Amino acid sequence: MPEHTFRVNGEQVTVDVADDVRLLWVLRDILGITGPKYGCGINVCKACTSHVNGKAVRPCSVPVSALEPTDEVTTIEGLPDTVGKELHPMQQAWLDRDVVQCGYCQPGQIMAAVDLVRRVAAEGREITDADLDGIRNICRCGTYHRIREAIREGAEKM
Amino acid sequence: MGRPEGIGRRRFLGYVIAAPTLVAAAELAPGAADAAGEGVPSQDITEILDLNDMMTAAALPTSGLITVEVGTDGTVSFALPRAEVGQGITTSTAMLIAEELSVPVERVRVTLADARPELLFNQLTGGSNTTISTYTPIRVAAAIARQRLLAAAAAELGAKAADLRLKDGVITGGTGSIAIGDVAKKAAAAAHQKVSVELTAREDFTVIGKPHNRVDALAAVTGRKKFAMDLDVPDAKPTMVCRPPTINGKPGSVANLAAVRAMPGVTDVAVISTGVAVRAATFGQCIDAVRALEVAWKPGTAEGKTDESVLRELARAEPPLPPKPPLVQAVEEKFTFYFRSNSALEPNCAVADVRGDRAEIWASLKSPIVAKQTIAAKLGLPQSKVSVHVTEGGGSFGRKLFFDAALEAAEASQKMGKPVKLMWHRADDSRQGRAHPMATSRVRATYAGGKVLGYHQRHTSVSTDLGHGLGEIITAMAAKLPVGDIGFSETFFQLSTTMSYDFGVHTRLLNETDKGFNTGSMRNVYSPDVTCARELVVDKLAAKMGKDPYRFRQDFLRGDRARAVLDKVAEAGEWGRSMPDGMAQGIAFHAEYKSVSAALVELDCRPETVNRPIRDGVAGPRVTKAVFAVDVGLAVNPCGLEAQMMGGIMDGIALALTSSLHLKDGHFLEASWDNYFYTRQWNTPPELKIIVMPDTSDEPGGAGELAVAASVSAVACAYGRATGTMPTSFPINHGTLSFEPKPTVPPVPQSPTDGLDR
Repeated sequence: MPEHTFRVNGEQVTVDVADDVRLLWVLRDILGITGPKYGCGINVCKACTSHVNGKAVRPCSVPVSALEPTDEVTTIEGLPDTVGKELHPMQQAWLDRDVVQCGYCQPGQIMAAVDLVRRVAAEGREITDADLDGIRNICRCGTYHRIREAIREGAEKM
Repeated sequence: MGRPEGIGRRRFLGYVIAAPTLVAAAELAPGAADAAGEGVPSQDITEILDLNDMMTAAALPTSGLITVEVGTDGTVSFALPRAEVGQGITTSTAMLIAEELSVPVERVRVTLADARPELLFNQLTGGSNTTISTYTPIRVAAAIARQRLLAAAAAELGAKAADLRLKDGVITGGTGSIAIGDVAKKAAAAAHQKVSVELTAREDFTVIGKPHNRVDALAAVTGRKKFAMDLDVPDAKPTMVCRPPTINGKPGSVANLAAVRAMPGVTDVAVISTGVAVRAATFGQCIDAVRALEVAWKPGTAEGKTDESVLRELARAEPPLPPKPPLVQAVEEKFTFYFRSNSALEPNCAVADVRGDRAEIWASLKSPIVAKQTIAAKLGLPQSKVSVHVTEGGGSFGRKLFFDAALEAAEASQKMGKPVKLMWHRADDSRQGRAHPMATSRVRATYAGGKVLGYHQRHTSVSTDLGHGLGEIITAMAAKLPVGDIGFSETFFQLSTTMSYDFGVHTRLLNETDKGFNTGSMRNVYSPDVTCARELVVDKLAAKMGKDPYRFRQDFLRGDRARAVLDKVAEAGEWGRSMPDGMAQGIAFHAEYKSVSAALVELDCRPETVNRPIRDGVAGPRVTKAVFAVDVGLAVNPCGLEAQMMGGIMDGIALALTSSLHLKDGHFLEASWDNYFYTRQWNTPPELKIIVMPDTSDEPGGAGELAVAASVSAVACAYGRATGTMPTSFPINHGTLSFEPKPTVPPVPQSPTDGLDR
């Protein structure tokens, strides 16, 4: 089987798997990294949101062969290390606001939130209601309001 | 504490269980069951006995078996015989124990108990009943542990137990102090002992009633929280099922078994009752194999049916209204509620390891005992050889009352002779998973001279499957219920819906038809639809009688608690403030689970809002503000209660405006989250205020499902007032199909490959 080499949460990994297997399954089923969750497999629920080279992507829609050896995949498990702390400020904001209900979508929500704050900061502006309305991650428990509060709070500390 | 001798607070009985370390167990939970006999005669059965009384009463004979254990490290352990699916009961349970034992909440370890058949009815999570039924027994067990620890410490510290103080897990007094872990062994019993104990008085609470963040939050935000599919069960490989194109179709012959078995990563392919199961190295390879399978399908249980044909079935099954009396005026309306999906974000899934003589199952299960019994029967194993572990659940909303995936996983594992990690694709979860049944509600209210003389509601529904254990509870309790000889659906209906208004002669009846669908509750069974219909009629009555919707409700609502929540939202939400054309407020009330609630929303139905562009989603009217007041009697954790209300409001918005399943040719068109429009960020109210009312009782009411009914009703009422036309069909956008349906063969869509480009 073909070998694929890339970086995950700061470590170089090599997996033996067919080219077209999506990154989500490589992470979960082969590497045992279970923070990214399955919710649809077609890039609509966003539960698996992770980062590749610091930008939000949906691993359910990335064939493993699309990754280069230098590509850095960050899952929720690796997020704290990106700031060299026990918790990323967005995770702390999530705790402070007690955002979580069942928790299933929350790793994806947090990774999407960090990406949103970075994008908005790069544009040199504050987060707006329209930005928050644009988040596509589904939360079936409906904790949307606390997600909005936590993103604004986390943004201030990022 | 705080009361003179002789007036004597109630004592509760419990046990100390023989064990190496201190294990305390609760005796029967008193209270709720007695209430059935003491009620003041009333026109409404739910005031004498509601669904929760019945569930609580059914749980009584076995509640004594729950145990609180104090470890030598000072931690307190409790295996909760309920399912945590996001509703926060592990947190509230830890709070109850922390209160009675005076230990920090963080030192209490609440896990989910395996299926315990000896618990009979007391391991069903549903009907928003967990806190109601476990509030007293858990506290009794913890209080007994406290009593034993103090007695053991008294000997160590040379003081009377009454003179010792227990705080933060440390007992102080006499010659010094000692940690509870250090006396946990001495406090243990050599033989079972029956003891009695007093509970902490409400005025002395330091934990109960104070907001507490979730005990599992850190695990959730770091990705460490383990759901069933995250478990590392040796050799349990990804498994998915190729399913039929119509609801409950059955597999016939498979044309290309050998070819699919040879596909990359595939280890096994087996025909099971519900389809063709594929086991592979990754779920991605399962999807490939499922898509490649060529299966001849046999008919299902809803062949050829459509929304329209089911509506005709419902019309035929509708119970008649009583004759309309002469010389009165009447409002009569009929409402339609389409099928809705109760899919959680975690799809149906389970791990199963079935060997020749035993089986082990892991899944989030709200009725694990029935699951265990059913799985044992399916596998041909004695129940004692089937272990069922309850995992943390990624949402439920009624879905996890059933164990469809666990049963399939067991069958697939048995047929393959290997452990499986079986997960439903989202398309399966949408199309073959449980749905809230389609229903109609006809209401007639009569009035004359400023009085409402009668209110009659006839609810007609596709059958709701209650075959998850609640049916057994109702059957077992039926003889004790003052409802006569009616079936359990009708019993459930009567007990879970109530008449909150002083509307004269009142009747409500349920009739069910058509058992061909996979149905279940969805954050309530009947209440959101029944209440929505009622509240719309209330608005119409108010208009006909020339009254303001809020003032009208205030005049006719029964009970101070009810009027208080209504007044609270009217005040906090500035009822009656002027709004632009196309926007309006709506107000509604709902009582259930010994709780009362009211919602006030503001809805923007202006074209520029309704037609705002949303990619792969539905915009529609926007709730711009929601104000919600809730009185659950006694709020154990106001922070968690607020979270449950928030979720219920989002469900209510979805039910009113955007979310439904479309039935065509025997299958649902919706196959994923880009087809099924549950509330998304762009549908949420930018302004949201949830008010937890001061406690009005010594006992907590239910909350998990409570908020949906008032919320859907308030949104519906606001829509009627904003547009000038009362909505009669829900959700309001059901008539417009807002997506391109995905194929049914193959049954699951392929994953995209452009994820790096977006």
